Amino acid sequence: MATDKKQLSSTLQKLGPLIGLLIIIAILIIASPNFLTLNNILNVFRQVSINALIAFGMTFVILTGGIDLSVGATLALSGALTAGLLNGGMDPVTAIMIGLASGAVMGTINGVLVTKAKIAPFIATLATMTIYRGLALVYTDGRPITGFNSEFFTMVGGGYFFGVPVPVIIMIIIFAVLFFLLRKTTFGRNVYAIGGNEEASLLSGIKTGRVKIYVYALTGLLASLAGIILTSRLNSAQANAGMGYELDAIAAVVLGGTSLSGGKGWIVGTLIGALIIGVLNNGLNLLGVSSFYQQVVKGLVILLAVLLDRKKANS
Amino acid sequence: MSKGVIKMEALFEMRGIHKSFSSVQVLKGAAFQLKPGEIHALMGENGAGKSTLMKILTGVYKADSGSIKVKGKEVMFTDPKQAEEMGVAIIHQELNIIPKLTVTENMFLGRQLTYGKTGFVRDKEMKRRTREYLQRLGVDIDPDASADTLSIGQQQMIEIAKALSKNAEVLIMDEPTAALTDREIEALFKIMNQLRSEGVGIVYISHRMEEIFLMCDRISVLRDGSFIGTEDISETTIEHIVHMMVGREIGERYPERSSKIGDERLRVEDLSDGKKVNGISFSARAGEIVGVAGLMGAGRTEIARMLFGANKKKQGKIFIDGQEVAITSPSKAIESGIVFVTEDRKHQGLVLGMSVRENLSLTNYKHISNYGVISSKKEEELSEKMIKRFHIRTRDPEQTVKSLSGGNQQKVAIGKWLGELPKVFILDEPTRGVDVGAKKEIYTMMNELSEQGVTIIMISSDLPEVLGVSDRVIVVHEGRIASILDKSEMNQETIMHAATGGSSNGH
Repeated sequence: MATDKKQLSSTLQKLGPLIGLLIIIAILIIASPNFLTLNNILNVFRQVSINALIAFGMTFVILTGGIDLSVGATLALSGALTAGLLNGGMDPVTAIMIGLASGAVMGTINGVLVTKAKIAPFIATLATMTIYRGLALVYTDGRPITGFNSEFFTMVGGGYFFGVPVPVIIMIIIFAVLFFLLRKTTFGRNVYAIGGNEEASLLSGIKTGRVKIYVYALTGLLASLAGIILTSRLNSAQANAGMGYELDAIAAVVLGGTSLSGGKGWIVGTLIGALIIGVLNNGLNLLGVSSFYQQVVKGLVILLAVLLDRKKANS
Repeated sequence: MSKGVIKMEALFEMRGIHKSFSSVQVLKGAAFQLKPGEIHALMGENGAGKSTLMKILTGVYKADSGSIKVKGKEVMFTDPKQAEEMGVAIIHQELNIIPKLTVTENMFLGRQLTYGKTGFVRDKEMKRRTREYLQRLGVDIDPDASADTLSIGQQQMIEIAKALSKNAEVLIMDEPTAALTDREIEALFKIMNQLRSEGVGIVYISHRMEEIFLMCDRISVLRDGSFIGTEDISETTIEHIVHMMVGREIGERYPERSSKIGDERLRVEDLSDGKKVNGISFSARAGEIVGVAGLMGAGRTEIARMLFGANKKKQGKIFIDGQEVAITSPSKAIESGIVFVTEDRKHQGLVLGMSVRENLSLTNYKHISNYGVISSKKEEELSEKMIKRFHIRTRDPEQTVKSLSGGNQQKVAIGKWLGELPKVFILDEPTRGVDVGAKKEIYTMMNELSEQGVTIIMISSDLPEVLGVSDRVIVVHEGRIASILDKSEMNQETIMHAATGGSSNGH
């Protein structure tokens, strides 16, 4: 039946990013004997986890038809705040909670600027990106905050649980929660509806402003979680941490097949997109490609993915 | 301005046109013939293949089989440009006007006059010609005006002028009057008559029977992609045409109903938005259908949007069942039992990229979710039920709304509000661009709701519809209620008189 065919082709379209990832992996397995080792795979996942967490949030924002450029700065400010509180003698759980809350607040500010002040997301978050980064510099006085003596805090970014890095476990749990949220809840449905047609959503009784504020708050929260993990792993918080991470996150979302104009996409794609970027980085390192060329390759892969995606959409 | 058809070679003739998209056969033996100096209506229900047929004529699509002759010459256009060169022009329902450009720039878009092969444009000459073409149509529009300062009617005139400037002999007009005011329609008809007397052939696609019987010489009907027949207007009746279109008797256009009017349901006191709408007061009772008539731009939609909380009100009170309700947003309005079907279903009523199921769910979370978690089973049941109840013709619930026909989209836009019974149901132009069959289904749906005690407020620019459906009519003129007419008082004249401010006798 035509419907089956259509569903099949839409499934194939969704599988596109996965096929791309598998091809890259296959090439790397052949090219580098060190790639397919348990250690290396876990390493890749650990590296990916930070970008993935940010990109998960970015997926929500982009699905509503928005964008959030402030996530890298949010990461830095929340990380620094948590680090500062820890060094001030606060117990790690409370410090982490406050760090996460600060991210949610920063996201909420973004959401309010977009929905209440009606500033275009690109501009609003460009401004707050600068502000949050500036505040991080003010807070740290431009110097790294280091020397945490909390075993618990070190575990967050550097620990293992049954041999699996803790950040990876966190990423998987968050992924599962967000997958459920998007797939099975009215909130998730509203996110898609707003991206598809905001006016029609509002006129259907959806509190579009509130939903969008939640979305930006969620993104801020996830960015701060990434910031805390990064701070823990590096055992140091810096005001210029997470520079350009917003672009990696956007790249992961786009590679995963989510439309920048909103309303279409899924979070599984984003995870795959983040893995593509991570595997590529790792593989090129293993192959001894200079980090300068790595950037060129990453850019080319993004272009290629988007071109292939368009071709599929047209056919 | 004779209506007589000049006996001459046909401007174009299409025969046995077949066309399939993937596996769906859209046209099976469609045909159409247009003579010089005639206005020929092309009718059919939504999805009958009218647009596809015209797109094949103008080279947008390629027919699978069949013959097309333009002025006696066998052709098969593969590009709209070729059709244009042969004098075939189409004026789409959605006008191809670029808002920020001037009238002249729009007229010469993509074919600017230049000095030789240089890139320097001949502004003065283009302006002169624009003025000339507009004068030929007898319309007074400044060639320097920015297109977005013009009314829809004026923009349409520019499109017609543009087509004529390319020496079009065949003009295809797709629902040209759908967005026009009565005065603009009158102006358009005058121009159509003039073009007819000049020998231009016009294909007129519309759902408005009255206009077709007023303006056209012949009428051809398509049903399910097949050619059903061509009739001379002077020798046929609306009933016969409807029968040809739907292939069965649909009976009265406006189904009978026994209104059981109850207590006061909605009361509006002194509603104003501080801009367009002022001092609106009226009440409506349970089970009543109140028509809202008025000219385009009179403020009818603004009143509806204020009642629904989509526009901010500056002052005024709204009461439901005697209780004042604070409506500050659509979600508040819905909580109070007021729901609203917008006039623009594509941009405001539906999320086009989502499936029928998802669109139906958006307004019915209450019935399909618990603590924000959607039950797939309940959701599927709901959409299946609604698709059956409202006769939505869709392959399956997963089909995107975008790919449904206009009438079926409208059924989704209306049906999504009926997961439970609303108290006040506001419909803005509910049958615009919808075919007879679907129209009747929508009227029947409204009747059933009113019988169950729902108050229905129907905004419509289609006077026969307002008269055929309403118990009372509120006539709006320049943001105020000009008149509220009872069934015994309402007719075309009293409504038009009030709608035009009582200053003229309408027309």
